[in-house]
Amino acid sequence: MSSIQDIQDEIIEEFSILGDDKESTIYYIMELGGQLPQFPEEERVEENIIKGCQSKVWLTTREEGERIQYLADSNTDITKGLISLLIRVLSGRTPQEILKADLNFIDKIGMGNIIGSQRSNGLSAMIKQMKLYALAYQAKQNV
Amino acid sequence: MPLNIEEIRATFPVLHQEVNGKPLIYFDNAATTQKPQSVLDALTGYYQNDNSNIHRGAHTLADRATRHYEETREGVKNFINANESAEVIFTKGTTESINLVASSYGRKFITKGDEIIISTLEHHSNIVPWQMLCEEKEAVLKVIPINDKGEILLDEFENMLSDKTKFVSIVHVSNALGTINPVKEIIKKAHQVGAKVLLDGAQSTNHLDIDVQDLDCDFLAFSAHKLYGPTGLGILYGKRSLLEIMPPYQGGGEMIKEVTFAKTTYNEIPFKFEAGTPNIADVIAFQKALDFISIIGKSNIKKHEDELLDHANETFGQIKGFVPVGTAAEKVSVVSFNINGMHPFDVGVMLDANGIAVRTGHHCTQPLMQRLGLEGTVRASFSVYNTKSEIDQMAVSLAKIAKIKNK
Ligand SMILES: Cc1ncc(COP(=O)(O)O)c(C=O)c1O
Repeated sequence: MSSIQDIQDEIIEEFSILGDDKESTIYYIMELGGQLPQFPEEERVEENIIKGCQSKVWLTTREEGERIQYLADSNTDITKGLISLLIRVLSGRTPQEILKADLNFIDKIGMGNIIGSQRSNGLSAMIKQMKLYALAYQAKQNV
Repeated sequence: MPLNIEEIRATFPVLHQEVNGKPLIYFDNAATTQKPQSVLDALTGYYQNDNSNIHRGAHTLADRATRHYEETREGVKNFINANESAEVIFTKGTTESINLVASSYGRKFITKGDEIIISTLEHHSNIVPWQMLCEEKEAVLKVIPINDKGEILLDEFENMLSDKTKFVSIVHVSNALGTINPVKEIIKKAHQVGAKVLLDGAQSTNHLDIDVQDLDCDFLAFSAHKLYGPTGLGILYGKRSLLEIMPPYQGGGEMIKEVTFAKTTYNEIPFKFEAGTPNIADVIAFQKALDFISIIGKSNIKKHEDELLDHANETFGQIKGFVPVGTAAEKVSVVSFNINGMHPFDVGVMLDANGIAVRTGHHCTQPLMQRLGLEGTVRASFSVYNTKSEIDQMAVSLAKIAKIKNK
């Protein structure tokens, strides 16, 4: 399996092909959002909503041995696209890898500029919540 | 004679730029309008030539600044046809103007069991101050319902009125939908039961002729920044008879007549309500915004904006998946809408990628959005410097965006 950095480099490469055309970048992000796997309906509950996002975002996890699978959804397509990028980078990793991860692709693809500052705060909230899950799993594994 | 829009546009420097590689189309005028060069010049001119504190210095600069500051008060008086300029109080915005009334008039005159009426269309700034007051005084907040077009139900309002009704605070023009409310009738009916009325004029003063004596409103609140003027400046108009019996809102300099440690006597209106060094530069520059409006003429502005509204309704209406929100018979130049299957945020971001600035979300009217069963809308709001060709360009972008989910 490629490393977190390998995947990030892949994403940076994909976005660099789009250049600085904001419109096609957004279309691409929305397309990615469309490919997000179905979110389990029974987990679309208040407790799984991430606070601090302008749009609604649901996040939940599955344990697969040592690894964490993330499942997420949003009511906006652009946010779904952003989530799908995070999932691509972080899902299926060990808590240690997730907690260590330096998500440099976000700055490198100029995400702040693409999605604006309000959504950037939402993105940070999402990352924080993903890392909190990793922390909880790590604590559990260490017991 | 039709307006020369190109000439008008030339006086707004901010309009002449590219955003995301496209010429800027600014359709977020209900949030704030852009400022003409004359306003910008007055701002820097004040700091370059006249800067000094007002109402206190015995020197020439202070005198000049005081004179200009008070000239704007006179200008505002004329703009809304107040009886006298002492009825014009400078605040920092519509929000502060409403809070001033809720806090000063409200806390003195509203008591347990009294009723205050607002409407479903209100901006949060005309909801929360009254909720706070009602909580403190154990008064009751009542809300006039609307129909699906976004119009106030006058019958329901009349049914709410009783001798318990002490205050009606109502938005003149809805910021989210553009609905023009029948405020003259509302004021008349409210006065019949002895209630006082505040008009939230944040969205009406820039589109409609305002005559506070003809309307007979007791208070009018509005913001300079939505009227081609600077940010951080608002106006509260109040009838002298009411302002005089209201306690001060804040204590400090300017608002006093005499201070001893035993007792302070308060200054006359309007100064009683302007504690501390006011926003001198912005007040002075605001006169240039008022001049800008009066040179073009409000009726000419309204006519142009109405044409833009009709054009937008027509062109956007042909887009598959376009769902207008708020279709009142009487409206200002605001088009609120959704695109089928799409979140308003996404539509806004994609329009921005095309250089088009609109507002998306709940527009600080969450209870209204709940009533309409919507998470939010996309809102395009037009001003005097906008053109039909800009609307056509937005229609092209919007059609492309809508197609994603409306094949
Ligand atoms: C109807 C209405 N009321 C009040 C306000 C608040 O104005 P301000 O933020 O300038 O105080 C606004 C501004 O968006 C508004 O549209």
